[in-house]
Amino acid sequence: MTAALSRILTTLRSGLFGTRANTLVTVATVLLLSQVVPPLVRWAVLDATFGGDAAACTRAGACWAFVAAKLRFILFAFYPPGLQWRPALVILLLAAILVASALPRLWGRPLLVAWPLTILACWLLMQGAFTATPIPSNQWGGLPVTLFVWAVCFAAATPIAVLLALARRSTLGGLRTFSVLYIELMRGTPMVGILYVAMLILPMALPDSLSVDKMLRAIVMVTLFWAAYIAEVIRAGLQAIPPGQSEAATALGLGYWRTQRLVVLPQALRIVIPGMVNLAIGFLLATSLLAVIGIFDLLNAARASAADPNWLGFYNEAYLVVAAVYFVICFGASRYSQWLEGKLAGGRTCPRTA
Amino acid sequence: MIVQKTFRRAIQTAAAAAFLATTVLSGIAHAGPTLDKINQRGAIKVGVGTTPGFFAPDSNGEWQGFFIDFGRALSIAVFGTPDKVEFTSSSPQQRLPALQSGEFDILLSGVTVTATRAFKLGFHFGPTIFYDGQGILVRKDLGVAKAADLDGATIGAQSGTTGELNVADFFRKTGKTFTPVTIEDTGQFIDALESGRVDAITQDSSDLVGKRTQLKNPDDYVLLPERLSKEPLAPAIAGGDDRWLELVNWTVNATIQAEEWGITSANVDEFLKSEDPAIQRFLGVDPSFGNDLGLDPKWAYNIIKTVGNYGEIFERHLKPLGWERGYNSLWTDGGLLYSPPFR
Repeated sequence: MTAALSRILTTLRSGLFGTRANTLVTVATVLLLSQVVPPLVRWAVLDATFGGDAAACTRAGACWAFVAAKLRFILFAFYPPGLQWRPALVILLLAAILVASALPRLWGRPLLVAWPLTILACWLLMQGAFTATPIPSNQWGGLPVTLFVWAVCFAAATPIAVLLALARRSTLGGLRTFSVLYIELMRGTPMVGILYVAMLILPMALPDSLSVDKMLRAIVMVTLFWAAYIAEVIRAGLQAIPPGQSEAATALGLGYWRTQRLVVLPQALRIVIPGMVNLAIGFLLATSLLAVIGIFDLLNAARASAADPNWLGFYNEAYLVVAAVYFVICFGASRYSQWLEGKLAGGRTCPRTA
Repeated sequence: MIVQKTFRRAIQTAAAAAFLATTVLSGIAHAGPTLDKINQRGAIKVGVGTTPGFFAPDSNGEWQGFFIDFGRALSIAVFGTPDKVEFTSSSPQQRLPALQSGEFDILLSGVTVTATRAFKLGFHFGPTIFYDGQGILVRKDLGVAKAADLDGATIGAQSGTTGELNVADFFRKTGKTFTPVTIEDTGQFIDALESGRVDAITQDSSDLVGKRTQLKNPDDYVLLPERLSKEPLAPAIAGGDDRWLELVNWTVNATIQAEEWGITSANVDEFLKSEDPAIQRFLGVDPSFGNDLGLDPKWAYNIIKTVGNYGEIFERHLKPLGWERGYNSLWTDGGLLYSPPFR
């Protein structure tokens, strides 16, 4: 017991005060924390209000009563409270499919079928299918919208990205030029601009009789936009596969598509998974830009929740809740990426990339 | 607000580009009047903002606010019920292009009426429903009762807004001095004032009233009575549908006229017995008037019964935040609200 304790202490001492630089960093960190932590604790715990209404809250401390009252709105925004189980179920469904997709042993055909089915189910659930009153998409909001747009756009963009990446490495000049132009155009445009196109230009380009839902327009444009980014990551994976692989496949009599599908892509996609997870984390945070076209994603819902005259100005609390949600998802994704990297690197299925 | 400076610039550029494309394309794609689309869709699409008291969702996700009630009144005028209206929040940068592109049928988002918007951008404005203007919020202990008394004060203004220029103009006129402090983020105004970094802050008074309630001790601060600019906020619609414009005009007028007659949601049924022919026309007791206009004769009655008159809407949403009627009183009370006659 004491041996273990002294071992821990030794490790700590050498880690924190081992060298002069370490000592300096330790002292500076402790000083900084001593300045930051006490006021934070006072605000978040000691002076905080945990119940009651806005009148009970002092401006000196956090008003967690606000979070209790507004959590429903922050999570589900304008969705009718009576039908709230629908967006809640959407969150569960999306979480389930994301977790399933994260486990290498489930990778395979069933998962490829499960994705479109899940998306369809989520869309129907959100729309209020099989109820008397359909729920228009301007009443969707909060976490389900953030997760839904993220998952759908990423899932739909990936196949497009594979085709774009293959086209960019294609020997057909026209196809290659198209792919290069497309990718560079999309990557050279801010996402906000793409959202404005979805919001303002698309309705005018379409005939009057064909009015496409704003959410759908945004999803389509974001998918096309993200595809360009994913395509570049996938291209990196394609380039990592030695040409001998496809030459061998050709020698065995496989055509172009079978070579890609059976030999090149399975290896290339494995290599780029950490890069894709990295992109996915960035994309999750980018979904908050949907606010500029009036979609109530998680962040926008939180901001609006603090504009209620009954609960005016509790922006800090609202943003903290949202930050916590984003952090949990992003931290989980990044830990997963590390775990997967280690697993794939050590696994027998690891391709030789040298 | 939450957007960074560069990000905001990117948005503005994108909005400008989109707007340009919109104006070029709109001539081709949109010929049908707004009202046809509204009837076909069965709902009015209204663009709003998020300012406490004016438009904000409550805990149940229902939109509430001063402008929201006018949207409900419009729904009553068109469909006879207050719920055939879809409110969508839109940022100041994108709301006008969105109106032009047909994404919204009307903006009730506090758009200031300006000549450029009317002539060059082709928008039509309904009656002004809220007379706003740039105000100055000062610490009480300065002992200042009117803006002209401010001398040598440190004043915070939002960078890059007309507010910054207006306050400089104002002090040039009065011949007094002031120290400007530009504040980037609207959320920092409160901190600047409470920490004593500035003696006063200046923004549109609708923003200042909301900010005042968020201060630790709201009673230590006072909104000076002067307005440094004119910001008449009116419903905005795209050009090309005269009947829709008239519906908007007379829906607003109905709420103002009702207040002038003292008709409220509580007593409107008693007024049905009124002998006054003007009131009989207004409330549809004499249905020929409404029929002549092509409206449900009971439309004004339904509006007053459901959302109330102008004064009631004001009391409900803005009074709790500390708003005084001020310019937004009836002309009979020395304000600017005046409805043309209903005949």
